[in-house]
Amino acid sequence: MGKYLLRRLAINVILVVIASSLAYMLAATTMNPRAAYQGRQPPVPEAVIDKTLDAYNLNDKTPVLQRYATWATGVVTGDFGKTWNGASVNDELGRRMFVSLRLLILGTLLGFAIGVALGAYSAVKQYKFGDRLIGVGSFVLMAIPVFVLATLLAIATYNLNRGLGFTLIEYTGEYNPKLSGFDQFLNRLNHLILPTISLSIGGSGAAFYSRIQRNMMLDVLGQDFVRTAMAKGLRRRTALMKHALRTALIPSATYFAFSVGTVFTGAIFTEKIYNWHGMGAWLVDSINANDVNSVAAVTAFTAVCILFASLLSDLLVAALDPRVRVS
Amino acid sequence: MRSKVVLRRLFRNNQARYGFVALVALVLVAYVGPYIGKYDWTEKDFMAFLSAPSADHWWGTTSIGQDLYAVTLRGMQKSILIGLMVALISTGLAAIVGAFAGYFGGWVDRVLMWGVELLLVLPSFLLIAIISPRLKSGNWLWFVVLLAAFSWMITSRVVRSMTMSLREREYVQAALYMGIPRWKIIFRHIVPNMSSLLIIDATLNVSSAIIGEAALSFFGFGIQPPDVSLGTLIATGSDNATGYPWLFVFPAGLLVLLVLSVNLIGDGLRDALDPGSNS
Amino acid sequence: MSILEVKDLTVTFPGGVQAVRGVSYEVERGEVLGIVGESGSGKSVTSLAIMGLLQQNSVVSGSVKLHGQELIGMKEDELVKVRGKSISMIFQDPLSAFTPVYTIGDQIAEAVRIHQKVNKDKAAKRAVELLDLVGIPHPDVRAKAFPHEFSGGMRQRAMIAMAIANDPDLLICDEPTTALDVTIQAQVLEVLKTAQQETGAGIVMITHDLGVIAGMADRVLVMYAGKPVEQGSVDDIYYRPRMPYTMGLLASIPRIDGEEGALVPIEGNPPSPASLPPGCPFAPRCPMKVDMCDEQEPPLVPSGAGRHVACIRAQEIEHKGLTGADVFPVPVIPPSDVVRVPRAERPTVLELDSMIRHYPLMKGAVFKRRVGTVHAVDGISFDIAEGETLALVGESGCGKTTTLQQIMQLAPPQGGRVVVLGKDSSTMDAATRKALRKDLQIVFQDPMAALDPRMPVGDIIAEPLRAHGRKDVEARVAELLELVGLAPEYAERYPQQFSGGQRQRIGIARALALEPKLIVLDEPVSALDVSIQAGVINLLEELKNTLGLSYLFVAHDLAVVRHLADRVAVMYLGKIAEIGTVQSVYDHPAHPYTQALLSAIPLPDPELERNRKRILLEGDLPSPADPPSGCRFRTRCPKFARLSADEQRRCVDEEPSIARLASAVDHGAACHYAEEVEVITASDDQEEK
Repeated sequence: MGKYLLRRLAINVILVVIASSLAYMLAATTMNPRAAYQGRQPPVPEAVIDKTLDAYNLNDKTPVLQRYATWATGVVTGDFGKTWNGASVNDELGRRMFVSLRLLILGTLLGFAIGVALGAYSAVKQYKFGDRLIGVGSFVLMAIPVFVLATLLAIATYNLNRGLGFTLIEYTGEYNPKLSGFDQFLNRLNHLILPTISLSIGGSGAAFYSRIQRNMMLDVLGQDFVRTAMAKGLRRRTALMKHALRTALIPSATYFAFSVGTVFTGAIFTEKIYNWHGMGAWLVDSINANDVNSVAAVTAFTAVCILFASLLSDLLVAALDPRVRVS
Repeated sequence: MRSKVVLRRLFRNNQARYGFVALVALVLVAYVGPYIGKYDWTEKDFMAFLSAPSADHWWGTTSIGQDLYAVTLRGMQKSILIGLMVALISTGLAAIVGAFAGYFGGWVDRVLMWGVELLLVLPSFLLIAIISPRLKSGNWLWFVVLLAAFSWMITSRVVRSMTMSLREREYVQAALYMGIPRWKIIFRHIVPNMSSLLIIDATLNVSSAIIGEAALSFFGFGIQPPDVSLGTLIATGSDNATGYPWLFVFPAGLLVLLVLSVNLIGDGLRDALDPGSNS
Repeated sequence: MSILEVKDLTVTFPGGVQAVRGVSYEVERGEVLGIVGESGSGKSVTSLAIMGLLQQNSVVSGSVKLHGQELIGMKEDELVKVRGKSISMIFQDPLSAFTPVYTIGDQIAEAVRIHQKVNKDKAAKRAVELLDLVGIPHPDVRAKAFPHEFSGGMRQRAMIAMAIANDPDLLICDEPTTALDVTIQAQVLEVLKTAQQETGAGIVMITHDLGVIAGMADRVLVMYAGKPVEQGSVDDIYYRPRMPYTMGLLASIPRIDGEEGALVPIEGNPPSPASLPPGCPFAPRCPMKVDMCDEQEPPLVPSGAGRHVACIRAQEIEHKGLTGADVFPVPVIPPSDVVRVPRAERPTVLELDSMIRHYPLMKGAVFKRRVGTVHAVDGISFDIAEGETLALVGESGCGKTTTLQQIMQLAPPQGGRVVVLGKDSSTMDAATRKALRKDLQIVFQDPMAALDPRMPVGDIIAEPLRAHGRKDVEARVAELLELVGLAPEYAERYPQQFSGGQRQRIGIARALALEPKLIVLDEPVSALDVSIQAGVINLLEELKNTLGLSYLFVAHDLAVVRHLADRVAVMYLGKIAEIGTVQSVYDHPAHPYTQALLSAIPLPDPELERNRKRILLEGDLPSPADPPSGCRFRTRCPKFARLSADEQRRCVDEEPSIARLASAVDHGAACHYAEEVEVITASDDQEEK
């Protein structure tokens, strides 16, 4: 087991190195951080720009391989370099990943819980009214892309607040910095309402989980062991909960573990639309700002998170399913 | 014979029937609709900026005076085209890579699956976002290729594991023992026996490609102006969604309907092709 | 008073298909009722209906009374008090019948706690006791194991333990041993008998295996097309059957004590429950059919001494004392020309010399890694002469399938030699290999899996022809279809439109397409129903004789082997234990494993079964990844247990090789203390000789 994990870790390290190097090279060769300084009024002298860009390791006059070497040396020592305007990428990363975590964790958990419950119910009541309603609902929700859903929710809230004459539900930002203590905590929760709804019910939340849970549950329902459990004298309900659901939970739990593993990487659309300054928003902003080092850092960080998430989901399968455990 | 059975089952399936009717209607709207409208999508009505839906401009106008009806249908044409092409390419790629990796095993499998893993780790959003605006404008075919290149990996893994179980099937072994070359076995016995999976996958890929295009275009990383797609329209519409809701509602509504109808067909196909389902 | 009384039970599935059309029977305390029938006869559905375990959308009518209490239409609250307490059920496939994520001990303890007010510890202790009762070694440790960690036989024992946890009055066993090997089947049947003695329960034993029923049942109910066609005491049914279907069934089974020659097949296929013929459902296949049979379905009527028969000609059968062989036409199979030449003078078509095939042993689905080496085939040698059938027999895991694959691959083996038609597989080039494939063909076990479902039958048969560039493909396909007894028009149909027996014929036609010299038969009839099996066996025999083929026949069913093979090699854990002509090996087995194997096979003969002494083997097959030293069979060998310590040492240290036995020309056994023993009680006609 230890040996296996080590080998897997080594492969993952190589993958991360390749992925982030590729991203760096791509960003460094195509992006133009100079543009941000050239268009200024009054014009900044070329020498000053060069000096600034040199300091941030962003000067396109330096050969790209040399820049890459500087960047790679930094990364190995744990320094992702500077953003286009000289701030520390590390600090930005450290701040933003927790913004994303705060934004996503609640929605991810709720989406899984609601989805699994609805999916299991749906399977047990196959072809009955409840099943059809859930089925239609999840279909419609899955057809609504998250940027449409989030925008719709924001429009609805805007109109609601206008109708009420005061702000009942916040629809932009993470919190109101003017408040403090418990008030600020409540304010933070209020700001979470809309993003959490849009994250938890949408195509990657409850709608998605309810579909896979329903399918898995239907597979399991036809199997002999559910019949055995009933033959022992268990009620249908108990047999379904204790034997069928427990077994059918394994696949959805793996998806869930994977998505928990990636909460730090953020949600691009939700962050942009509700104006949270998390990792997802950073990715878009740094592409638009020609911010080479930030782009590379986001890539490296995302790769690490994805690999960590897939390891996490594998471990969870092993924990839940005795059949795949190494004896 | 079999295809007849599948078709019959498909049309007995309500979901698929509604989906099919809706999709045909949407395609008709996209391609026939422009001939009915009064304006061409390139025309600008300087008398009406941001005007609400009216008898003259059925769906209102944009901030530069374009007829939203004409522009949206134009965008929908592009979205449908992109969806179909991406689905075709990515499902084909998934089938070939997955089947070869699964059937040959050994180093072929290791190399191919390593590539898959790498592509999965690479943030596709970022790569497409960086590359696509820098492609020569108007050449949206490259954008299709990019989108397809990043959407086949999961399916190819499924294809691979199905191939690994099909490889052990006796009729595949029988073919091998007859002396038929391996690549021929893959195309004659393995890929056809996964056709249900592939058809379903291709259908669902259409909708995810449409969403993917819209998502990238939402941030300006997809279809580049002056060309339009549902994504670019939704992006401009959502900025002013509170004040000028028609700018958002029409393209977003059509996008949702399009995706919904394709998904309904895909799910209906799954039921029709799966002999175990009893709907 | 009877425990269970079933009256006019019918089951209708959604869509109006009647799977069970009026079943009535009673079971007394301590009695074993056997229900026999082929697949689709409704025997399993009947038992699920009794337990109330059918899908919710199926309609059950009639009456099921347990101790006089009506079960049909009972509320779930009441029904759960009966299920698992008064009636228990044992399912066919014990792997899928246990929930994969809980331990065996927990699942048995759960059954205890549902019906008895005991705490967790006590229930767990009771589970261990029960596991001990059904003969699971180290029950306290094994109780903590998960279902997939048990072998098939152990799982079925655990299933029995769970079923008897609450001292039920009635046990329903649905094909309890079908998924098991014969020696394990013998063990499990023994456990079942113990369980019955322990609980005094009545047993309903559902199976397609007439041998198992003969040894277990007191009374027998024969089902056909969802209805009982004959019912009576086990002796009456086996010795004096009065319904042509029962007669045909009994005549069609190959027996290990039987003579050579053609088997008696029942023509046609069982009807689908969705489209039953008018009148007697067996009439289309019945040689005794008269016009009246088509008019009305004969009811099951009493015919004296507790017997019931559903046939209008039952009286006539009784008076004339007809048997299956009298009624059903016995096909005549032309003799082979090749065998007139003595074996030594015939060319050798296949030779294996100390062939070895080892696999890496991988563990875990997610965390895959190598944990050892499977010694699947560890040095086996045999040869097949032209026109001869050699059977390779053994239980699952003995290496027979690996041997077959190694031969078919025509690749160099890891050790030893494989010589096909005089060409050594380790030195052949690609062109020779391809050319050789024309002469070496295979027929697979599962007729469903062996044919590509997406290809019409014509293309399937044509595939080898086209691959080897033959002309006139269509004419040859038609010719081949006729050769295996199918109409040439069938070429346009798809495999799923055929029944199992017909599909196997298509598989045989494909194998014959290139006029091969050697055909490898991988369990060709084990997936077929008994009545269909006989026809396919006869076809294989006939083709061999008329076309001068040689067969390598891989099988686990020793009765079929006796009918088809000339020579037999018995495999155990990757080695050949005994080899020789069928007559010498079956009548005078010398290896203790062969003896146990032969004695474990149930005979469709109640009298013989009652008086038969079984050699029961202990435990399961050891893992081929870690075979015992010396003689591989010694860990389970009944003879080894009786040897002195000195003699035993030889078995532990020295691996026995095959030694020719003095009494026969072609017979050898790999045992240090080989000794010929007769284990099959000689049947009457053999005694006469």
